[in-house]
Amino acid sequence: MGEVIVVTSGKGGVGKTTTTANVGTGLAKLNKKVVLIDTDIGLRNLDVVMGLENRIVYNLVDVVEGNCRIKQALIKDKRYPNLYLLPSAQTKDKSSVTPEQMKKLADDLRDEFDYILMDCPAGIEQGFRNAIAGADSALVVTTPEVSAVRDADRIIGLLEANEMRRTHLIVNRLRADMVKRGDMMSSDDVVEILAVDLIGVVPDDENVVISTNQGEPLVGNDTLAGQAYMNICRRILGESVPLLDLNGKKGLFERLAEIFRKN
Amino acid sequence: MKLSDFFRKKSSGSVAKDRLKLVLVSDRTNCSPDIMEQIKNDIIAVISKYLEIDTDELDIKITQTEVDGTTEAVPALFANIPIKNLKVH
Repeated sequence: MGEVIVVTSGKGGVGKTTTTANVGTGLAKLNKKVVLIDTDIGLRNLDVVMGLENRIVYNLVDVVEGNCRIKQALIKDKRYPNLYLLPSAQTKDKSSVTPEQMKKLADDLRDEFDYILMDCPAGIEQGFRNAIAGADSALVVTTPEVSAVRDADRIIGLLEANEMRRTHLIVNRLRADMVKRGDMMSSDDVVEILAVDLIGVVPDDENVVISTNQGEPLVGNDTLAGQAYMNICRRILGESVPLLDLNGKKGLFERLAEIFRKN
Repeated sequence: MKLSDFFRKKSSGSVAKDRLKLVLVSDRTNCSPDIMEQIKNDIIAVISKYLEIDTDELDIKITQTEVDGTTEAVPALFANIPIKNLKVH
């Protein structure tokens, strides 16, 4: 029986789609059968982040309206044997689909897939209600900024009100250098404020932009963000993985100091 | 700005954290500015029966306070009400 996970945030632009793409691809790399569903009807984006935009024939609304079978709308990612995308519709709006229909769709996919990831639109309106309808657990993405954390708090409240069983937090775009000099909230600060379990911290890494440009998720490669996303995937599978040291690049002086400290 | 202020200046990260804590208290209690205004007016009405207070300088807000002996923060209604004149009854 597959697990349905919704990736949500409240605020736009904090990295929901990037997170969905990378966590989904990472789980597929770890030999899980995964389908990513873009629930942002009217603002389709997951397809371009995944680099699958040229292969869309049918979409989410087609499936829900019965214009095609689910199998026909699923795009198989040829780079990974276990990864599929159900793209959103670009020309419809959020009211084309109801929460009941989304719940049924998610349940129909459970037999076939280990993980069903819902990429939720920004906001708390119908698009949000559609995306969380069939979900067993939620990944709440936030950045260490007051606006994003405030919206995440609202989302966590709404998830609780909707009886979401498990909610995990991802702190995205953290800058270790700014945290160090006190000019950015740390992931601990954000966790303290939101009082929810942390499942990962992703550094602000320019490689994320590069990978999005190329339409190829960076999860699992040797960049800091790639490692951070892979760690999140392992934690989803139940492994206990320590948090990444985000002070990756060290200066010569720091490295020398470390050597002396060790001896 | 005095030199001592420079050293005491809070980092923007902790400013952000403090501001968030405050804004979330009112978000979570779902206490709209309208309701705050009503609470304020009712408090003024009650206290004015006994004391003459400075309604311009009056400050009422929901904030967080720590429970004695723990580090847990709980919401509290904070009211700073300057008294102009103690009425004698």
